[in-house]
Amino acid sequence: MAEKQITDEHIALMKDVLIQHVPHARALNMNVVNAKRGEAWLSVPYDERFIGNPATGVIHGGVITSLLDNACGIAVQLALPERLSIATLDLRLDYMKPATPKLDLTGHAHCYKVTKNIAFVRGTAYHTDENDPIATCVGTFMLAANRATPMPISPEAAAEAEALLKQNADTSGGEKA
Amino acid sequence: MSAKQVPDINAFMQRIPYARFLGITVDQRGNEITTVMHFSETLIGNPVLPALHGGTIGAFLEITAIAQLAFEAGTGPLPKPIGLTIDYLRSGRPVDTYGRAIITKQGRRVATVHAEAWQDDRSRPIAAAHGHFLLHPADEPAGS
Repeated sequence: MAEKQITDEHIALMKDVLIQHVPHARALNMNVVNAKRGEAWLSVPYDERFIGNPATGVIHGGVITSLLDNACGIAVQLALPERLSIATLDLRLDYMKPATPKLDLTGHAHCYKVTKNIAFVRGTAYHTDENDPIATCVGTFMLAANRATPMPISPEAAAEAEALLKQNADTSGGEKA
Repeated sequence: MSAKQVPDINAFMQRIPYARFLGITVDQRGNEITTVMHFSETLIGNPVLPALHGGTIGAFLEITAIAQLAFEAGTGPLPKPIGLTIDYLRSGRPVDTYGRAIITKQGRRVATVHAEAWQDDRSRPIAAAHGHFLLHPADEPAGS
């Protein structure tokens, strides 16, 4: 896959487009740490409000679900040849080990296949080493799932995102199945 | 209702900060429990539709499963999720969401749970999940 280098500015734009307008992502203090074509790295800082087991201070699995669902959604957006609305069809999570209290979580998602209707994604949640995962996921997303605007964005951001995604699509040679 | 005979699952779940963060309570009637995720702006994933964030629905189903396990298997150490598969059936509208779970099989170490979430009409679920949970995780941690 030809990869267009996504600059910090692009990532800042993606953050704006894909995180700042998603209330739940904001509520979790989610951040886009890195992004490239078909891939996204998101983080969620440790927060005592997200604890799932008060006895251990371990973050609840649901936070990982939200992080990976969101990372997968962004990876799909970044893999699409054009901007489309998407909806999660299914998501399977496997929990390998509990998250370590006080440490931030990173979620890396990779959209490895896009067909006419469906995008296929997998992801990993970890602290610092992706090879030592806390959880992994696989998911499928429905494309053009609804009539809503793909993302709630300002006209300027929309134009920029459009241009960036188009640029990326061009360099990749398209992925339409 | 006598709190001595039947565990108070709502009180048990309110001890979980993340359940409070999502605004989840448990409605307990006799031998049945229904979890409720009270709508709040912070649960939104798509503000245009608007629709609930898929992650909140998944988390709600996981908490619904845990509540059911606590209700039936006891309010000891919290069961630990091993794997969870979530099917998204309809978009979650910006209203309260209800959840119920069935323990499909309860073994000595692992329980299999099926959970469903709906909004106005129980026959039109917005999502379903099935998952495996490790019971008594204190003496047997999940994973390797």
